[in-house]
Amino acid sequence: MVQKRPVKNVSHYSDKLIIKGGKIVNDDQSFYADIYIEDGTIKQIGENLIVPTGVKTVDAYGHIVIPGGIDVNTCLQAPHLGMTPADDFYHGTRAALTGGTTMIIDHVVPELGTSLLAAYDQWRDTAHKRSCCDYSLHIDITRWHDGLFEELEYLVKDKGVNSFLIFMAYKDKYQSSDTQIYEMFSAMRELGAIAQVHAENGDIIEEEQKKLLDLGITGPEGHVLSHPEEVETEAVYRAVTIAKQANCPLYVTKVMSKPAADVIAKARKKGMVIYGEPIAAGLGTDGSHYWSKNWAKAAAFVMSPPLSSDTSTPDYLSSLLSCGDLQVTASAHCTFTTAQKAVGKDNFTLIPEGTNGIEERMSIVWDKAVATGKMDENDFVAVTSTNAAKIFNLYPRKGRIAVGSDADIVIWNTKETKTFSAKTHNLTVEVNIFEGMECRGFPVVVISQGRIVLEDGKLNVTEGSGRFIPRKAYPDFVYKRIKARGRMADVRGVPRGNYDGPVHDVISMTKSVPATPTTRGPSCPGKTPGGPARNLHQSGFTLSGTQMDDHIARRTTQRIVAPPGGRSNITSLS
Amino acid sequence: LVLSQGEQTICTCTSDRLLIKGAKIVNDDQSFCADIYMEDGLIKQIGENLIVPGGVKTIDAHGRMVMPGGIDVHTRFQMPDRGMTAADDFYQGTRAALAGGTTMIIDHVVPEPGMTLISAFNQWREWADSKACCDYSLHVDITEWHKGVLEEMEALVKDHGVNSFLVYLAYKDVFQLTDSQIYEVFSVIRDLGAIAQVHAENGDIIVEEQRRILELGITGPEGHVLSRPEELEAEAVNRSVTVANQTNCPLYITKVMSKSAADVIAQARKKGTVVYGEPITASLGTDGSHYWSKNWAKAATYVTSPPLSPDPTTPDYLNSLLSCGDLQVTGSAHCTFNTAQRAVGKDDFTLIPEGTNGTEERMSIIWDKCVVTGKMDENQFVAVTSTNAAKIFNLYPRKGRIAVGSDADLVLWDPELTKIISAKSHNLAVEYNIFEGTEVRGSPLVVISQGKIVLEDGNLHTTEGSGRYVTRKPFPDYVYKRIKARSRLAELRGVPRGLYDGPVCEVSVTPKAMTPASSAKTSPAKQPDQPVRNLHQSGFSLSGAQIDDNIPRRNTQRIVAPPGGRTNITSLG
Repeated sequence: MVQKRPVKNVSHYSDKLIIKGGKIVNDDQSFYADIYIEDGTIKQIGENLIVPTGVKTVDAYGHIVIPGGIDVNTCLQAPHLGMTPADDFYHGTRAALTGGTTMIIDHVVPELGTSLLAAYDQWRDTAHKRSCCDYSLHIDITRWHDGLFEELEYLVKDKGVNSFLIFMAYKDKYQSSDTQIYEMFSAMRELGAIAQVHAENGDIIEEEQKKLLDLGITGPEGHVLSHPEEVETEAVYRAVTIAKQANCPLYVTKVMSKPAADVIAKARKKGMVIYGEPIAAGLGTDGSHYWSKNWAKAAAFVMSPPLSSDTSTPDYLSSLLSCGDLQVTASAHCTFTTAQKAVGKDNFTLIPEGTNGIEERMSIVWDKAVATGKMDENDFVAVTSTNAAKIFNLYPRKGRIAVGSDADIVIWNTKETKTFSAKTHNLTVEVNIFEGMECRGFPVVVISQGRIVLEDGKLNVTEGSGRFIPRKAYPDFVYKRIKARGRMADVRGVPRGNYDGPVHDVISMTKSVPATPTTRGPSCPGKTPGGPARNLHQSGFTLSGTQMDDHIARRTTQRIVAPPGGRSNITSLS
Repeated sequence: LVLSQGEQTICTCTSDRLLIKGAKIVNDDQSFCADIYMEDGLIKQIGENLIVPGGVKTIDAHGRMVMPGGIDVHTRFQMPDRGMTAADDFYQGTRAALAGGTTMIIDHVVPEPGMTLISAFNQWREWADSKACCDYSLHVDITEWHKGVLEEMEALVKDHGVNSFLVYLAYKDVFQLTDSQIYEVFSVIRDLGAIAQVHAENGDIIVEEQRRILELGITGPEGHVLSRPEELEAEAVNRSVTVANQTNCPLYITKVMSKSAADVIAQARKKGTVVYGEPITASLGTDGSHYWSKNWAKAATYVTSPPLSPDPTTPDYLNSLLSCGDLQVTGSAHCTFNTAQRAVGKDDFTLIPEGTNGTEERMSIIWDKCVVTGKMDENQFVAVTSTNAAKIFNLYPRKGRIAVGSDADLVLWDPELTKIISAKSHNLAVEYNIFEGTEVRGSPLVVISQGKIVLEDGNLHTTEGSGRYVTRKPFPDYVYKRIKARSRLAELRGVPRGLYDGPVCEVSVTPKAMTPASSAKTSPAKQPDQPVRNLHQSGFSLSGAQIDDNIPRRNTQRIVAPPGGRTNITSLG
């Protein structure tokens, strides 16, 4: 099944470059220096560099030089009802490079009946042939089956995957139950991976969809009406609760509404290891367009969770992104042509979901957050590449301009503006959700793997030149705290004498009641309840006989972990 | 099967003329001094210098407070659990209630799986009619969900005087319902005009945590609280608030045990949700530190779900929220098991039968924690111990108020009387009292139930079987006025558009034919129908193309703005 992919020849032509006169911007500081690049990596940084002759010089004077963007959420391959997204790995990564993004992390969505590994191989094959920039892969857990844990382990240990996404929505299709989520989270913590969630309550959504269709509402406005933001917020809250119990790092994809972002912010204040990912669409536009009289336009905005119909949302999300309550930006780029969207012309639930944003992401963040003074250029680098690289263990290979890092570099024009339009974009779809939007800040030169792919407005990409970037488990940025808490949060029982009083007789039917509903999802093959492994009652351990103060109630058995913000009930941290 | 009520009432209420003189009458809105004359179990006159028949028994209140008898909205007397029955049955339980100043209880009917709601309801009626010493009513718990349940709920509301149903978010594989089922139950409840109650804890996670804790070798009662951290309670409250908002259904959270759960309720109220929270005697009066007691039997007595919080500041916090109105009603969740019964779980905490005492102590604990400390006044005390409950469950003004025509359920309250709660002196059948040694100020001196003195000079004079079943009508005004207004406003309309006539991509399969349905119990609700009206075909349009068609807008939403405001109003329906 696994096909051999030829090793990529990185040393194409002209792989020696010097960038002169720019201000280098990392997430921690900015400074003036030249950068010398060879063989796709940064070899020297400094002034008056000694470089071979005949090196091509790129003039960055007056611009800033930043690490290429990392788009942590794309769906360039995932099929919907047998239709593949209009922008595939080639068109998608091409558009990404145009916008200053030099790496993407795509979601592998195994179709039902396909194993995770088979889907992973299929994605790698396609990306290998088509991708124009480096890429990595998240794996979505769409189905619960025997051998899932083994597959996860294999993917983490041998295949360079350290993040998995779980769906709390798409009932009867992808949705997992709370029990399954708990088990997945526990498995991921053990493997050192990051748990991602698509946070929406699928049960409620389905009921609301039914209700709206019954009311005769069939247009795209039905999509947002059936996905109210409370439903997103509820799911985020639930995911936070489970992650806390499982002591697993949590990553919420597509933060689309104010209350959902608030839940994340609050959980962080309580000490949770949690990250929130707003996307280009959520930062750049809102849900009022679902009411557009133009069906094709309204349908172009259909995605889940939907854009909020509260028009103050984009501003709020970019504020939270600026203050650090949200950390990473993505595009969730997943586009369908109007003819594809029109599958749902009489029923909004059939409209394939997804919006564009891969090309516009960097400019939108600059325009909304930096141009408005909410964040500085260093924060900009943090939210567009560095944080993502740290969380997903790509740092410092990606997300930083430093000697030894990959030569994925963008020269960014901070002063001029550009207008988005379906007429000029590099996508294959007819509608651009940011149509007519004027954004300050755009890339003038994009360097990927040490090669210039965008210069003077001209794209020069090579299909299939993108490499798969494996990601190791236990990213330090995420797991240092998790590990410390794992050590601290040991729970112990109370050593007591045996209870030797009378015991009432019971009909033994503890849980013999007919198999009942597992909440929200198919039944899971996880470990069955085992008997207690150790029994402290029988261990004979006692403190040293009866204590003088035995009658006083106390909690002798808890160690206290105090994460920032404090909490009232600590024992559950593990 | 059901006993004739009329007969009972007549035979037990002889010589029932009573006069209380010189009382300070305390209602939830005001206090005033007047005499009260009662006859036939009803309050007939209130005022000064009343003209009453001669030879009436007179109680001299000497300016002491007389208030409406307490309503304990949550009891589980005689609840069956794996073949055992709760130690305090309807006789013991209501007797203890009366001793503490509570003159009405609302008990929970828990149909065991496989039992119909109606037969369970009749079973409870039979038990209570033969044993209860005070008036009672019944909540019915929905422990499974199928087509028949819907019809039974309708029958219970229309013919049997039930207006509240409880669903469980916990007890996986026993009572727990899925979110879809809860959505459907809430929709049915809203249509029937009843109140949705939830037992709020995330059952899925609890099962996982129990397994983990047992694997660690922790088998004692401390495992109970370790496996049910308060986050799980708060999460479930948050989820039920979300579902209730979507279905526009009034929500009532039973047993608010933790600060974080109470905060979720308070926040939801600020956003305009019609939600009520019920802290119980145990959570107001003690905390979860006792789960770590070295005495197994004592530790096991505290086992209840959601558990008492190990955070010792919880009782004080909940009392504050109760005083400021963020929480509204108090129950006891009285459900006791004796030590031998508890000991079924001596080697595995998950087998310990759950429930604590509190029906007898409820009024005194609240007085001591809230009124003595100055958090609330006597009127608020009446509100949280009886009036609010009567309003929510549509018993008002028959219960929960001292007024002409109301039931003669009264308590003569002594705010100075100090008592030490102890298993030695309580009126319960169990060996332990979770409030053992707690000294409380404020106690009933005289309790009058159905116009008869049942407590006087510390002596109880109760009559087994004298309690009447009190029916409750649907659509309580206090709850449903807002719900109705919102249903009217929250109408959703689609956007009238021309027909989309561009190309349409071919697709192979139907959207949801992939996997078998998620829940074993299939839901009885309506299958997804084709849309009934199709606005595309209606030919309706505003008046041709509008000049501002290119500007995005939402022309189809009316805005409802409940207190606190919300961003997304369209979901209120």
